[in-house]
Amino acid sequence: MVTYLIRRILIGIPVLLGVTLINFLIINLAPGSPADLYLSPTATPEDVARTETALGLDKPVFVQYLNWLTQLLHGNLGVSFQNREPVTQLIADRIGPTLLLMGTSLVIAYLVAIPIGIFAARRRNTAADYGVVGASFLGISVPHFFLGLAMIYVFALTLGWFPTGGMVTLGRGGGFADRVSHLVLPVVVLATGVAAGMVRYVRSSMIDAFGQDYIRTAKAKGLGASVITNKHALRNALIPVVTVIGIDLSALIGGAIVTEQIFQWPGIGLLTIQSIGARDYAVLMGINLIAAIAVFAANLLTDIAYAVVDPRVAYA
Amino acid sequence: MSVTPPVTASTLLRVDGLRTEFTTDQGPITPVDGVGFTVAAGETLCLVGESGSGKSVSALSIMGLLAGNGRITEGSVMFEGQDLAGLPEPELRRIRGHAIAMIFQEPMTSLNPVLTIGDQLAETMILHLGLTKAEARQRAIELLEKVGIPRAGAVVDDHPHRLSGGMRQRVMIAMALSCRPKLIIADEPTTALDVTIQAQILRLMRELSAETGTATIFITHDLGVVAEMADRVAVMYAGQVVEETDVYTLFDQPKHPYTVALLRSIPHITTPAGDRLTPISGSVPSLLHLPTGCRFRERCPHAMDRCTTELPALRPLGEGEGTHSVRCWLYDETGTAVSV
Repeated sequence: MVTYLIRRILIGIPVLLGVTLINFLIINLAPGSPADLYLSPTATPEDVARTETALGLDKPVFVQYLNWLTQLLHGNLGVSFQNREPVTQLIADRIGPTLLLMGTSLVIAYLVAIPIGIFAARRRNTAADYGVVGASFLGISVPHFFLGLAMIYVFALTLGWFPTGGMVTLGRGGGFADRVSHLVLPVVVLATGVAAGMVRYVRSSMIDAFGQDYIRTAKAKGLGASVITNKHALRNALIPVVTVIGIDLSALIGGAIVTEQIFQWPGIGLLTIQSIGARDYAVLMGINLIAAIAVFAANLLTDIAYAVVDPRVAYA
Repeated sequence: MSVTPPVTASTLLRVDGLRTEFTTDQGPITPVDGVGFTVAAGETLCLVGESGSGKSVSALSIMGLLAGNGRITEGSVMFEGQDLAGLPEPELRRIRGHAIAMIFQEPMTSLNPVLTIGDQLAETMILHLGLTKAEARQRAIELLEKVGIPRAGAVVDDHPHRLSGGMRQRVMIAMALSCRPKLIIADEPTTALDVTIQAQILRLMRELSAETGTATIFITHDLGVVAEMADRVAVMYAGQVVEETDVYTLFDQPKHPYTVALLRSIPHITTPAGDRLTPISGSVPSLLHLPTGCRFRERCPHAMDRCTTELPALRPLGEGEGTHSVRCWLYDETGTAVSV
């Protein structure tokens, strides 16, 4: 297992390098120069050249990339073009709110989805099951931006139950209840998509498990329905479900960018959108690297979880 | 070879006129329609027949384990004075795995892959016998030793994928025996195994049932297994029992034309090499299009007019109390052929 993990991590290094290279190229391929945004419309060509030299943008793209890599080896992600703050500092400030948002969404999504999936599987092909399947289809289909705006309109503007955005109410210190009420709408938006997908996975996985021979054996032993469901079927059904968690995490990172923008949640997602607008290459590269590492770690954790839930899996 | 129990042996299970119906997309089908047999305490009854003759459905009907679209519509399953066919689910659960245990055909998939063998064995004993976890584990190890699993103390903590098919079937047998059942229903327990392993498992089951006095319903399509295991035999065809008798009579004086044809279609050790076997012409009727009257008549060399219009009942032959019953118009009550 340990050898397997070391090998996986070593394989991960070139993958991450490849991801950063592609990102770097894509960012640089985008038309327009960051300098455009930092200078007044009356700037002379000399002003532009001076700014580009100051930002290191005058060198060839590959040299820029190598410079970025060299910095990275020293644990330095560079400084923001916009406000000269170190990128590591910017990310460190914003990662907490994002982890809070994503973590809460993931936990709530699974807490809701797994019981509903089991419920639907036990009542498959009944009205209740069709209702669950239909609702989950809707949940998967609705885009984050639409659901977010609809939630704000109904629950923040019309009913006034929750704030429209932000993480705390300014000037009120931000107690626990205040933070929770700010968290509710963005979490609902992010969790909906994850939960809707998970309901369908759990449902089909449970239906599959219920049809297995070992369930017939369990029935022939005289076990009750709840033991058969929760002990014999669920543990088997969770094996394929575990693999989905890694995919969900990657999807959540994408979802968080949109959701944070809609709810003005001061996290990495909002920073991403702001940095794209400001053509802040240094910050974007830093965020991309963090996201790539997160997805890589999520997949590694999935593999480990796989070995934990399925005794037949052994990594060598 | 086992010995036929005395006729006075107490009846443990009596299945009478059992009819099980399934609703399917093509309409209702009745894979079991008129199944009757008795099992005395400690005896082994073989249910023999082709695929689709209703052997497994009969077994699942007795256990109350039919799939959601199946149900018993007629008949009774009397077990120790209770009719299992009408018993509510919670009471059936107290009998399943306790008084009646079951062994299935597929040892590779019948054990839960994520639970340890000890856990799966202990579970039944904790549920039905009220043992503590520690007691159940101890008894699980003893049971594994009893069914001939080497290193039982280590295997008890293993997951099923570490064991071969034969070893897993031994675990299933241990599981079936764990609550000292009065009856074990074994549904083709050796069909999925190699011939050598098959012989080992059959020997083990015979020894254990002799030792524990457990009665067995042994479902098989293999007449060799019947000769090896059975005290009594019920031959099934298209959802019905067509002949029931003790194993010697079955092989020596088969009465039903299907049984006769079945015995003729298998090779015997004295059959000279090069001799051809006699197959049964035609094929088993579809459950959706059963013939009127006797279900075997289309393939029967002795079919008469009466066979087309009237379904014969399963009638005892001769004086003895149900020692030899046949579902055929060829025989009168004394077992002599009726002249047409």
